[in-house]
Amino acid sequence: MSDYLKDPQIHREIIMDHYQHPRNHHLSEDAAYHKAHMASESCIDDLTVMMKIDQGIITDVCFDGVGCTISTASTSILTDLIKGKTIEEAKVIVHSYYEMINLVSVDEDLLQEAVAFQNVGKQANRIKCATIGFKAIEQMIKEEETNDKQ
Amino acid sequence: MLNVKQIRQDFPMCVKQDAGNGKIYFDNAATTFKPYSVIEAVVRYYTHESVNIHRGDYDLSYQVSEDYEQARKAVARFLNSEEREVIFTSGASASLNLFAYGWAQKFLKKGDVILSSEAEHASNILPLMKAAEITGAIIEYIPLTQEGELTIEAFKAAMHDKVKLVSIAHISNVLGYVQPIKEITRITHEYGAIISVDGAQSVPHIKTDVKDWDIDFLSFSAHKMLGPTGVGVLFGKFKLLEDMDAFMLGGGNNARFDICGNIQLKNPPFKFEAGTPAIEAVLGLRAAVEYLEKIGMDDIEAYEHELKTYAVSKLKDLKHVILYNEHAGTGIITFNVDGIFAQDTAVYLNSKGIMVRAGNHCAKILVEVIKTSETVRASVSFYNTKEEVDALVEALRTITLEQCIDLSIM
Repeated sequence: MSDYLKDPQIHREIIMDHYQHPRNHHLSEDAAYHKAHMASESCIDDLTVMMKIDQGIITDVCFDGVGCTISTASTSILTDLIKGKTIEEAKVIVHSYYEMINLVSVDEDLLQEAVAFQNVGKQANRIKCATIGFKAIEQMIKEEETNDKQ
Repeated sequence: MLNVKQIRQDFPMCVKQDAGNGKIYFDNAATTFKPYSVIEAVVRYYTHESVNIHRGDYDLSYQVSEDYEQARKAVARFLNSEEREVIFTSGASASLNLFAYGWAQKFLKKGDVILSSEAEHASNILPLMKAAEITGAIIEYIPLTQEGELTIEAFKAAMHDKVKLVSIAHISNVLGYVQPIKEITRITHEYGAIISVDGAQSVPHIKTDVKDWDIDFLSFSAHKMLGPTGVGVLFGKFKLLEDMDAFMLGGGNNARFDICGNIQLKNPPFKFEAGTPAIEAVLGLRAAVEYLEKIGMDDIEAYEHELKTYAVSKLKDLKHVILYNEHAGTGIITFNVDGIFAQDTAVYLNSKGIMVRAGNHCAKILVEVIKTSETVRASVSFYNTKEEVDALVEALRTITLEQCIDLSIM
């Protein structure tokens, strides 16, 4: 990993930036979007993530709602990460992110800014916050794949 | 005047804190610490009296049954009610559900109105939503002021002939305002309606007098008033309890039944207490009530409010702290730090050993009133000290978003 992405101060700045200026922070009215409302895990986080998939490619991702720094910033980074990727590529990214959260391995090429969360797994009570957006993406990919089979 | 230093000696959790574990507890609206006398009452039952009540013909069962009924007597004295008006439940939620099932579902009709407020806890409003769905009754909400307060004027304006039930919290669990319950009850009765009061946040902190207030039902939990978890109370006027349905049927609540399905239930309160109750918790509740009586509810109320006022006066100097209930007359301080999400503030305070609650505190419709979805709540008890408040203020003085993030990612 480059030294740049190892520096805790950089991690903090990445998270601050995405919390204060979340990317893709809006919802779509387009009925073609998948939608995942993530609000049942706790009474705090209440995020909605939306995703448009066209011929196996994630052409757009966006989100909105109420969340803490960790859930907002991680979801914001995630939307940047998977926009334009194929479903298969997105699945690899999500899997790699979980590996990092579980303190198994960190793939900085794949996860880029998301490496800011490499130590969140040490704070068990924040893992839910750091994975809420990723769970939404998994849910929508599953929905897409189920639809394809039918 | 309370001798807080001495009071703290009565609570093992406070003793540990004073011995230097560095923790400060400001989540008393969620549950309170227990004094030794309560813990001893629970342990005494399991150690020396571990038999069932209302059953055996042996001395020990008789003795425990007597103790259990003495607990009911103690609660009745504490509320200024009759003993037969005190039903033991598993907690305030169970009490509110019992009322909603046994009274509201039975007596409300299509088109009847339930009048409630926008600040209600889920445990009060959700069972009523169910009752409305089943009976066809409609729930209307008394509008609150911008500060989230319920005024008697707003209540009067919202009241009308179709209202058959008024159901509100005496003290809101989010903002801590004390509602003018006696006046509200008087008006409710003028319209021929009845009132059910959620006392989960009031019974532990201010003097209760159901006779003077003339309220019809009151629900609360033991664990928020120094007692054990797993027990609560539904008070109801005896006449109303006679007509109300039991939520559960079974052992202990029937006098006799036959194979044809004829069931004769016992009289209140026993008809509502099917099944073996949390005996040790009821005995613990008695010890809690006796402890509160010894300290004195008026002194408790005055001291808790004094602590809250002290906290507010200091927090007001911090420009980055937003206070939502400066004028509420109880021990609940609801706030946010500008630019920091409530949960992050709570995590930061935890790193300083200070326990508070972040969230929307189960009163989800309040969001529309105070225009913020999440707040931090620090709730004091009479065993808290000014020094603990100072520590909270100091922690908040130096809080930054950077520190909050670091706590989660380092």
